[in-house]
Amino acid sequence: MSPGSRLGYWLRIGGAGLFLIALIVVVNVASHGTFLEPSNIVRVLRQITYNCVLGVGQTFVIITAGIDLSVGSLVALTGVVAALFANSVHLSGFALIAATLLVAVAVGSVAGWVNALPVVKLNLPPFITTLAMLEMALGASFILSHGRPVALVSTDFQNTGIGSFLPAVTNALHLPNVPIPVIWMLAIIVLASLVLNRTRFGRYVFAIGGNEEAARLAGINVARVKTMVYVISGACAAIVGFLYMALFSSGSPQTGTGDELLESIAAVVVGGTSLMGGRGSIIGTFFGALLIGVLYNAMNLLGVDSYLQKVVLGAVILLAVVLDELRKRFLIREG
Amino acid sequence: MRNIGKSFPGVRALADVSLTLRSGETLALVGENGAGKSTLMKILSGALRADQGAILIDGVPVQIDSPQRAQHLGIGMIYQEFTLVPQLTAPDNIALGAEPVQGGFIDARAVRERAQRALDELGLDLPLDVAVGHLSVAEQQLVEIAKVLARSARIIVMDEPTAALSDREIEHLFTIVGRLKASGAGIVYISHRMDELPRVADRVTVLRDGRAIETREARDFPSDEIVHAMVGRRLEAHFPELAAPVGPVVLEVRRLERKPAVNDVSFSVHAGEILGLGGLIGAGRTEILRAIAGADVAQSGEIRIDGSPVRIRGPHDAIAAGIAFITEDRKAQGLVLGMNVRENVTLAHLQTFVDRDLLIDVARERSATARMIDELHIRTPGTEQLVRNLSGGTQQKVVLAKWLLGNARVFLFDEPTRGIDIGAKAEIYKIMVELAARGSAIVMVSSDLPEVLGMAHRILVIRGGRIAAEFDRRQATPDKIIAIATGAAA
Repeated sequence: MSPGSRLGYWLRIGGAGLFLIALIVVVNVASHGTFLEPSNIVRVLRQITYNCVLGVGQTFVIITAGIDLSVGSLVALTGVVAALFANSVHLSGFALIAATLLVAVAVGSVAGWVNALPVVKLNLPPFITTLAMLEMALGASFILSHGRPVALVSTDFQNTGIGSFLPAVTNALHLPNVPIPVIWMLAIIVLASLVLNRTRFGRYVFAIGGNEEAARLAGINVARVKTMVYVISGACAAIVGFLYMALFSSGSPQTGTGDELLESIAAVVVGGTSLMGGRGSIIGTFFGALLIGVLYNAMNLLGVDSYLQKVVLGAVILLAVVLDELRKRFLIREG
Repeated sequence: MRNIGKSFPGVRALADVSLTLRSGETLALVGENGAGKSTLMKILSGALRADQGAILIDGVPVQIDSPQRAQHLGIGMIYQEFTLVPQLTAPDNIALGAEPVQGGFIDARAVRERAQRALDELGLDLPLDVAVGHLSVAEQQLVEIAKVLARSARIIVMDEPTAALSDREIEHLFTIVGRLKASGAGIVYISHRMDELPRVADRVTVLRDGRAIETREARDFPSDEIVHAMVGRRLEAHFPELAAPVGPVVLEVRRLERKPAVNDVSFSVHAGEILGLGGLIGAGRTEILRAIAGADVAQSGEIRIDGSPVRIRGPHDAIAAGIAFITEDRKAQGLVLGMNVRENVTLAHLQTFVDRDLLIDVARERSATARMIDELHIRTPGTEQLVRNLSGGTQQKVVLAKWLLGNARVFLFDEPTRGIDIGAKAEIYKIMVELAARGSAIVMVSSDLPEVLGMAHRILVIRGGRIAAEFDRRQATPDKIIAIATGAAA
């Protein structure tokens, strides 16, 4: 590999990454080093967990040139259903946690399947089908919860929501405690990267996004692959719903219905995944989510007014995608 | 049009073409697929710009640098594919882009009156309140003509206007052409149908290989001479030696139907045989291949491979049955441009590169792709190069590599050498001959007559979705094929 193409490689995967590093350096200097303190790094990772997991599911969908607008509502619905389920079964400990997670993921997956059905059968735009799901899931979560958060009776979820991962080890190494949800996020990133980059399914996701007709003529079952990406997105939303439920000790119909949807899409796009399909990466989405998280964290550290924070966030998203576009043009010219 | 020249990368589309159109006449423009008719008319209508030459209207040189400019100069195009907005009514379509406005709002009454006037002039009675998408194809075409007329076009280009019309509708169209002529317009009439030329044309100009070969009065230009001028005597490309097919029947197609494009098509191909499908664009050749390959599902008929019937409900079934379909349009159907050579080559047979049913073995993919790169002389820096960055001929070889990777016995080639250079063409011919020598059955659709004649053992001429004639290689001549394909001979 020539030095030139190595640079090209890093440019290819690292659009958001490079931007992020520059941002981190600037913020760290401006905050007199507090930004890069281990406890602050962990704080950022904890904050981006939910957005990042939603973004991972969204990445699969967007690479096929689709979109999933229902993820925010599915977080609410799966959280409510999970809480209701946990309160109604006579289980405890690990069995309760596993069964509740399974129920949440099942609900999210079925919702994803329903999202995909009109897309693959009738060729309807996913924008519409997932928008419809957004409304239906939101309404359903309000109906099921009577509009109030469903408080968990069991306290078995506390460790999942707010506990730390192997605290004995991190304490012995004088490191800050790593919250369990962050471990979930990292595991999901690794698993999703493996699926996307190393399995047939992942390859087909790219092929369909790049040229659906060529994929079909190569014998790929396009409908099945497309259905699966919406199921994955629904399942990711369910995991986020479950983690939020564990965090707050309740399933609320209002969780996930704020900025979550748009910020998950922003993370994916800032991470270099093309809305036109065919191109993208999980690691890019992680960087995208990290960029947004770092930005919020830095603005808090620097005492930026919270209304102004939104303006800055929007501007940075725009800047990131403009830089990404320029980077792509550079790459195409270089070949 | 004087001395018009136009080149595309690697192709000289037009060389020194001159054309005169008089007021009140119909000039028929004929030529094989790729002879340059469309390019010439695109230059006239401002869709393309000529590299050389000049265009004069009423003796005055004009610059036609955009479709708007062409319209302004009174040039109207009626394309084969309509430019109507199906959701709008006929009057709205006729006014589109030049709506009469009153006080900032569209003047609906003026729109309607203008449409009525244009239709009256043509002696037409069309429903004005229905979206044109609900009209018949013939009616839509008439709206298209009215649209051009409403812009006071004096030079009207019609690109195969009768292709989609019934006999009665064609009669009506000819009447309208007569009326347009009488009003002083000049009409360029592009057609593949020899039988209609004497009826509609005053003069005929033949294009061949981007040159204007001959122009004569239509009544002194019998159709066999037109066909001869279209085909000409050409430098034969160098084709490899074809061995005689020896094996048993591999592919058998019986009464295949997918209306309207494929009607009752039956043929068989032996091991080692290359069967050429000749005919005009739109004759149904591609559709026959698509139905065999499962790209479109056939309505009825039977396909047998090595004597046993196979059911093909989609591309997956065809691939499993050993059928490889090398599509006409590499970019739209053959390749994922944003993927690299390796990912494209292995796409249709990825299951053979998976370990323990789970992860793709990239190293094995690389070595298989590298082998293909060697075997087919694919000119790429490596397996990881994006196919977007490769030349047309090289891309075509990547498509071939994709299908050679499996154990296909039947290869369907659709325009295998379109848009690629001579060198790459020769290599692709060589690969086809080698495939045949290994006992594959090959069906090749090509609009390039010398290619069909040089590369096929047998030739079927397709017309209207049916097999119109069958030739052995030795009996076939360009004249015979064109005559049957165009309907000049039955």
